[in-house]
Amino acid sequence: MPEAVIFDYGVGNLLSLKCALEKVGLNAKIGVSAQQLKKADAIALPGVGSFSAAITKLDAVKETLLAAVESGTPLIGICLGLQLFFPESEEGPGKGLALFEGKNVRLRGEVKVPHMGWNTLRIVKQNALFEGVADESYVYFVHSLYPVPTDKAIVASETEYGATFTSAIASKNVFGTQFHPEKSGDIGLHILENFAKIVKR
Amino acid sequence: MPLAKRIVPCLDVTCGTVVKGINFLNLKKAGDPVELAKRYSDEGADELVFLDITASSDNRDILRGVVEGVARAISIPFTVGGGIRNVSDARLVLCSGADKVSVNTAAVENPQVITELADVFGQQCVVVAIDAKRRHEKAESKITVETREGPVWFEVYTYGGRKPTGIDAVTWALRAVELGAGEFLVTSMDKDGTKDGYDIELTRTISEKVNVPVIASGGAGVPEHFVEVFTDGKADAALAASVFHYNQYPVPVIKEFLRKQGVIVRP
Repeated sequence: MPEAVIFDYGVGNLLSLKCALEKVGLNAKIGVSAQQLKKADAIALPGVGSFSAAITKLDAVKETLLAAVESGTPLIGICLGLQLFFPESEEGPGKGLALFEGKNVRLRGEVKVPHMGWNTLRIVKQNALFEGVADESYVYFVHSLYPVPTDKAIVASETEYGATFTSAIASKNVFGTQFHPEKSGDIGLHILENFAKIVKR
Repeated sequence: MPLAKRIVPCLDVTCGTVVKGINFLNLKKAGDPVELAKRYSDEGADELVFLDITASSDNRDILRGVVEGVARAISIPFTVGGGIRNVSDARLVLCSGADKVSVNTAAVENPQVITELADVFGQQCVVVAIDAKRRHEKAESKITVETREGPVWFEVYTYGGRKPTGIDAVTWALRAVELGAGEFLVTSMDKDGTKDGYDIELTRTISEKVNVPVIASGGAGVPEHFVEVFTDGKADAALAASVFHYNQYPVPVIKEFLRKQGVIVRP
């Protein structure tokens, strides 16, 4: 069974993601070491914690992580995990992984923050992660910031909440969701199953 | 489509068993929280709340087992509350697979705990539960609301509704947001158990004043009550226990009714 390493920033619920990845046929391990990341068949950056704290934890393994992604290891970033793909965030100081250009900004306008609950995906780019996922599917969100990628070609889906924001990205072996697939019922599991298929290719 | 309104079944757990009104058919073990969670999740519940009503320290390991079992069984979010007093209590349930913790008495007695939890786990993990009761006598410096019964203010109670605090619920909610509350679970003690409908004024007043989501609780009896609390009450989510437990109005029936009334819910 391919091994997926969930990077542990040191706070919050990682068990749900671990269980979900196991359900879709990945041997999910929670880890922090460069060695674990190096031999992983897939890497997941989970969605709990804050930008600055996560960056501090990630710093020690940043080079290894970037090298693994460069060599083709599938990477999925969830919520904060997706936001870490970008160099900066309005949430706090620190430099993200800078896999893509852009930045993370706060939700503003006449809406309640955090954006918490089930909202729909408008799929703007078909990709392996969304295979068999219907447009306007409901997924679970809980976040106060969202990424604004400079290169719109990586945007896989958008969602409406106060403004239209990027709710998923896909680019080669790198995938990111602003929503939580591990908390999004059957649709979420289907998306993670697609990720597992990508890993097994 | 805008954000869907959430339907949130609540399970009261003590010593690893769901205790309040269980009348499900075809369950092997009536009262097994994992089985009930799975059932609600399969039926289309948007989120679940577990309240550990014993909340004693010897119960901690049992609770951890329940939370972990639920996390493995379902893939929708769930909140755990009851007896959470500090960061280490919260860490225990969050690391066992819960997504949010709710704090009630501990937050009233030591508001700083809200900030501590938000700093460590993020604001979105911190649900502040408020149990409130209508007070009809005039009181200065309380936020008063016009209702059919005349002007009222809402008093916060702690210790599972046993201890009146003299604190005004709306003022408390505003303070809690400043401290880092990410969501409110607002229970009307007047309405709880009546099946008479939610306290619309209580829900609406808090929901309009705070810029975070509000879960309404207490009083759900028929599908119309859900419509009312989402429209007039401006709730973001509606919690109920007995209507679901007794299978009187299963989640899909409530959702279908809401949809027909033009309320946006997840299919």
